[in-house]
Amino acid sequence: MPTVLFTSALQRFLPVPSAQVTGGTIAEALAAVFGSEPRLRGYVLDDQGALRRHVAIYVNGRPVSDRARLTDAVAKDDEIYVFQALSGG
Amino acid sequence: MTERLHIGTHKGLFELARHNGVWDIADVQFLGDPVSAVLAVTDGIVYAALDLGHFGAKLWRRNRTGNWRELPVPAFPPKPEDAGDDPHPWSLGKIWALEPGGVPGRVWAGTMPGGLFRTDDGGESWSLNEALWHLPERRQWFGVAGGEQPGINSVLIDPRNPSDIRIGVSCAGLWASTDTGATWQIINHGMYNEYMPPERREDPIVQDIHLLSRCAARPEIVWCQHHNGVFRSENAGANWHELTAIRPSKFGFAVAAHPRDPDTAWFVPAIKDERRVPVDGKVVVARTRDGGRSFEVLKNGLPQRHAYDLVWRHALAVNETGELLAFGSTSGGLWISENGGDSWTMPEARLPPIAAVRFAPALH
Repeated sequence: MPTVLFTSALQRFLPVPSAQVTGGTIAEALAAVFGSEPRLRGYVLDDQGALRRHVAIYVNGRPVSDRARLTDAVAKDDEIYVFQALSGG
Repeated sequence: MTERLHIGTHKGLFELARHNGVWDIADVQFLGDPVSAVLAVTDGIVYAALDLGHFGAKLWRRNRTGNWRELPVPAFPPKPEDAGDDPHPWSLGKIWALEPGGVPGRVWAGTMPGGLFRTDDGGESWSLNEALWHLPERRQWFGVAGGEQPGINSVLIDPRNPSDIRIGVSCAGLWASTDTGATWQIINHGMYNEYMPPERREDPIVQDIHLLSRCAARPEIVWCQHHNGVFRSENAGANWHELTAIRPSKFGFAVAAHPRDPDTAWFVPAIKDERRVPVDGKVVVARTRDGGRSFEVLKNGLPQRHAYDLVWRHALAVNETGELLAFGSTSGGLWISENGGDSWTMPEARLPPIAAVRFAPALH
């Protein structure tokens, strides 16, 4: 099963432990995580279900290509890393 | 009774309380997170909207027992295929205005990109005002400096009739509904927008309303700080006349109407408009007590030398008495007056940039 890991910056707002999930795409893997923590969805995705503009998802160190529908395929040993770029002062 | 003041800043929500005549910070929440709007209602209930740059807009509520809890945020419905030419996103940018709806549990939320939302259950669920969102004219709305998207900055509910609503939009003029938002009309006449091409300057829909404020006791009296000056309406926002006596300048963001006296209002002017700092480096409040025919420049207790504080649109507030006022600045300055603005004091605090200032209503 792929593993989903979240930036520690999200831990300030809600519990986001790493999780092994079922799913063949990014969207399916995230849906499995949101099932156990529904609030998390709004932190990662916008109202239309697209990845938030300043949130990134990498799979095994490479950025996903479909940020709108999250259709990139994932395999059972993949690591899906959800993070952001902190900025400002 | 203890007066309470809520300050939404770029790095947290600060609650001040007055004890023995001295205002001091009593509580700090969301330290480090931008607060975009705050609303205090009765029984100690407080709503705070956060604008977490990376993770979106959030909404929290403090209940009667003092505990904070995250609420669902207003959300836009799936964007239909035939809405592809809508210039504005169907996704919540930020919650910009929170106003009580005049009936228990009801709150209106004005947002960027221009959606108006309503809850009737204290924020547990929200619904988009579809009638306003689907108006063809909404696609003419445009964003302004400070926000790339159009935003609803003002929501005025008639205290005598909660189905009568006025909203102010940057930039899209003033829209009115007399049926709790089932239908809407743009109603503002008499304003002008200098930066538009000449043939569009008086068009109601291009008016850059910075903020509206209405007299609670005489709701037909509405004041406006507009991008191009200050205006007053005597018929609930339909017709406006400019108040050219404003000084030291006519630009600004904030306005506060006296809750009982229809002839009194406060503004915080700045240099117009590309250089947004106080005139001559002096922080002042402009007050009229004669319906805008003349203005006093109030400065007792305010910094008068090398002060570059700008006051944003939601950062000036007056409570029900009409005597207790507060305003906060982009430099984190916070000033409080107990005498209608005649003199001001600064609490002992150096706050982050201030976006919103709200008094809690008196406990009933």
